[in-house]
Amino acid sequence: MAGIDYSQKIPNNVDLSSDKRLQRALEAWQPNYLEWWKTMGPTDFNTKEIYLRTAIDVGSDGWAHFDYVKMPDYRWGIFLQPRDEKRTIGFGDHFGEPAWQQVPGEYRNWLRRLIVTQADTEPASVEQQRLLGHTAPSLYDLRNLFQVNVEEGRHLWAMVYLLHTYFGKDGRDEADELLERRSGNPDHPRILGTFNEPCEDWLAFMCFTMFTDRDGKFQLLALAESGFDPLARTCRFMLTEEAHHMFVGQTGVGRVIERTCDVMAKNPGKDVRALGAIPLDLLQRYINFWAASSTDLYGAEISSNSANFFRSGLKGRAYEDKQTDHLALEGTYRFVNFIENRLVSEDVPLRNAMNEVLRDEYVKDNERGIEYWNRICERAGNDFRFTLPHRRFNRKIGVYSSGRFDLEGNLIDEATWNANVDRWLASAADKAFVKSLMVPCLERGKTASWIAPPAKGIQGLAVDYEYVRL
Amino acid sequence: MAATAATSPRVRFQTTPDQYRHWKVAYDGEIATLTMAVDPHSPQREGYELKLNSYDLGVDVELADFVQRIRFEHPEVRCVVVTGGLDRVFCAGANIVMLRTSTHGFKVNFCKYTNETRLYIEDASAHSNLRFLAALNGTASGGGYELALACDKILLVDDRNSAVSFPEVPLLGVLPGTGGLTRIADKRKIRRDRSDVFSTIAEGIKGKRAVEWKLVDRLAPLSRWSEAVGEMARELAAEVSKKAERGVKLDPIAIDCESDDWNGQYVRCQIDRSQRTAELTLTVPEKHASTAAQAVEQGVAWWILRAFRELDEIILQLRMNEPEIALLLLRVKGPAATWRATDILLAESSHWFTNEVRQLVKRVLKRFENSAKSLYAIADRGSNFVGTGLELALACDRLYLLSEPEAEVSLGTTQANRGMFPMANGLSRLQTRFLAEPETAEQIATTPTMDAASAATLGLSTFAPDEIDWDDELRLAIEERAAFSPDALTGMEANLRFAGPETMETKIFGRLSAWQNWIFQRPNAAGERGALTCYGTPEAPEFDTSRT
Repeated sequence: MAGIDYSQKIPNNVDLSSDKRLQRALEAWQPNYLEWWKTMGPTDFNTKEIYLRTAIDVGSDGWAHFDYVKMPDYRWGIFLQPRDEKRTIGFGDHFGEPAWQQVPGEYRNWLRRLIVTQADTEPASVEQQRLLGHTAPSLYDLRNLFQVNVEEGRHLWAMVYLLHTYFGKDGRDEADELLERRSGNPDHPRILGTFNEPCEDWLAFMCFTMFTDRDGKFQLLALAESGFDPLARTCRFMLTEEAHHMFVGQTGVGRVIERTCDVMAKNPGKDVRALGAIPLDLLQRYINFWAASSTDLYGAEISSNSANFFRSGLKGRAYEDKQTDHLALEGTYRFVNFIENRLVSEDVPLRNAMNEVLRDEYVKDNERGIEYWNRICERAGNDFRFTLPHRRFNRKIGVYSSGRFDLEGNLIDEATWNANVDRWLASAADKAFVKSLMVPCLERGKTASWIAPPAKGIQGLAVDYEYVRL
Repeated sequence: MAATAATSPRVRFQTTPDQYRHWKVAYDGEIATLTMAVDPHSPQREGYELKLNSYDLGVDVELADFVQRIRFEHPEVRCVVVTGGLDRVFCAGANIVMLRTSTHGFKVNFCKYTNETRLYIEDASAHSNLRFLAALNGTASGGGYELALACDKILLVDDRNSAVSFPEVPLLGVLPGTGGLTRIADKRKIRRDRSDVFSTIAEGIKGKRAVEWKLVDRLAPLSRWSEAVGEMARELAAEVSKKAERGVKLDPIAIDCESDDWNGQYVRCQIDRSQRTAELTLTVPEKHASTAAQAVEQGVAWWILRAFRELDEIILQLRMNEPEIALLLLRVKGPAATWRATDILLAESSHWFTNEVRQLVKRVLKRFENSAKSLYAIADRGSNFVGTGLELALACDRLYLLSEPEAEVSLGTTQANRGMFPMANGLSRLQTRFLAEPETAEQIATTPTMDAASAATLGLSTFAPDEIDWDDELRLAIEERAAFSPDALTGMEANLRFAGPETMETKIFGRLSAWQNWIFQRPNAAGERGALTCYGTPEAPEFDTSRT
């Protein structure tokens, strides 16, 4: 059942060949997708063979196959977790009812909006990262970048499958528009702000995969609970792939820290910049920016939409099965609101606070990531400790966006903000320095000065394996 | 239900641009830009936040002030660009929490006022050499799109995301009741099936399809947004000629409404709470401008402008802040010669200022007869219902005329009664009154002077008691009126006042508003599990599924 039909133009485990209409629609979309990939995907590497994993099964063991492939030949396909015939809706007003195999008419527009918003992030990140191949610090990292890129492309396929299958002409139109919006384009930007931020250097890329892809994880976790079964099954499988993306960020930044600690230990009192390493406080400023920007992605703290999505069974909480009250009708959420320049504690109905509930889980997960990095400092005998900026810091969305807050979440005035902003967020000089380090290091077995080599290679292979045949 | 209008502070309708909290105004030659930037923390009463450029009465009072003021103060402007000051959102419409926590009466009054304001935008376009461009720099939903519909043209940003929408039916269980349904059908003449689809998609329609369906007129990308707005504004400005270089500044109408005796310079309102009446007396001055040049010279002090601005303010106060008052008793006093001389100026002068005054009088007359109060004109000793003064009497539900040769009651017509002040139905008040007898309307319209007896014979009076019966007749008429169901009276009056043809305006007030006000009372909207009640709360609405 879970096997993937590779004899088809579009690999899938959804028996696409039995639905000719859908198959034709997707086959019509495919050339546009490939065109998009060629113009907006990674530049200049489409003819190179890259050691990539390709999904071949959806089971927990051995779901992926690793081999050399040219990116445009990657078998982007449609893979859903197998259907559980007995699955019931796990939360909201439809709790306990059989999960929907078709879109309920009354929720069609909401669902489409949810799917389009999720889908839009997938091609956006590929666009944001398209130039990075030219400055990769190693073949290993170059390969990881491309792995992330092709899988974001596959996630787009997964969402487009849903749009084509369940949303008629509107869905097909939306699928077309997913290829028309462009990250950072002033005329037709991507829907969410973070996905229009430039991701110009590898440090930004690693922070992005750490923090922004982690938002993706929690959005997918919440959608994996959906009462709309095809969406839930799609998201579950996407989570399997997403884990690697966060691994790239978590370990990537970790290796930068490792390298800097090493340089600091060997050259006490010297400026690490002169030695081609990235100062830890500069790294912290990158972290501050990307953590805050990604925190925006959960939307308004108190939200009618989030209440609607929860009560209607479309979008749940992460790990809904660990909750006891799946209706969330009675409960309240203690929330620190920001009204007229004051922080005020208030209780809001739990359902309206679902964005904040999901954000709580996200913040906790980020904190674990920060601890991991601090252990690297600790092991290296370095006193520096990284912190996660407070969720109120540098927000562009939600109630805190109308004020200024420091890294600990204290309310500050504009003058204090201006006096400190270059200590908190990467300055132009910081970015220029990082850019100066961004020279490609693509010789087999070599790693750029600013990052330590990985602890181990891909899939048991050596660190100096030829992950990309240039 | 939390706060109500009754427990709120008195609603104020006077403001000035330097007091605006929600709009920014910029003038650049022939083009003015009105930017909606609602301060979320300045609601008209406590209890809600005005997020996402949502509006309440306070926001609309400023809008109405602007629309009135620009006509007098900035005759050099030919196009107003209405745009939003937020990123990605133009305006989210009327604030839902405000609606939910308002009394039914407040909701109805709020909707009526906002409807009038939008009609004033269209009135300015039709009669004041002013064009309006809705430059939608983000999503315009519900009342936000309705505001755009009141403008001459709509430009929507094409960012593959911003849409126009009517989420009322799918999300709130109510109607796009601020003219929305009427304007897509009758103004933009959008096909019925498309209107049906559009009005049920909460997220709305964007981009090319919005143009194809005529929901908007043009699209522009973000990168050339300001050029596109400028181009379209100049195109619209070119459709009309400039009125003048310098305008007339409107001073505030400061009427103290704290006591029960409100006194303007020309209009007095005496409230009798036990009787639930307000006696409204307009006293015309002896001295008056007799040439257009004098009128222009007097400007804001010109008696008729001042008098009708006072009347407007008093009508709004009575509507919004005096719901218990059932019946207005209107008297018009002072020399008939003043009416006659003024009406000649209003009718014959082609000066932009006299035109603006004429249009303002027209609007105040409409607002008067569109109020949910019973209206009696009282022609007793010393009354002079002449010309524009007679229009006020014709706007009333009844006219009581003292039939006494010695009583110095005079009535008469001028150009003002021959179509200068069309009603919402497009007809003059005489035409509407004598719908079956156009010749009578014509005869009265050309009778400059009538005494009580001839006025009664011609059919102008409802009752014409003599001195002996007068007091008692009037007392009975007042007491009887106050005893009827206020709802039945409102409905009855609204149905009888606008005989004759339908216009967009009569449809908005007579049809759309009536349906909306019905829905506002129904459990499916306002009940414990109604859609309006549940919106934004954790609970889903539950409908009584029987169609009524």
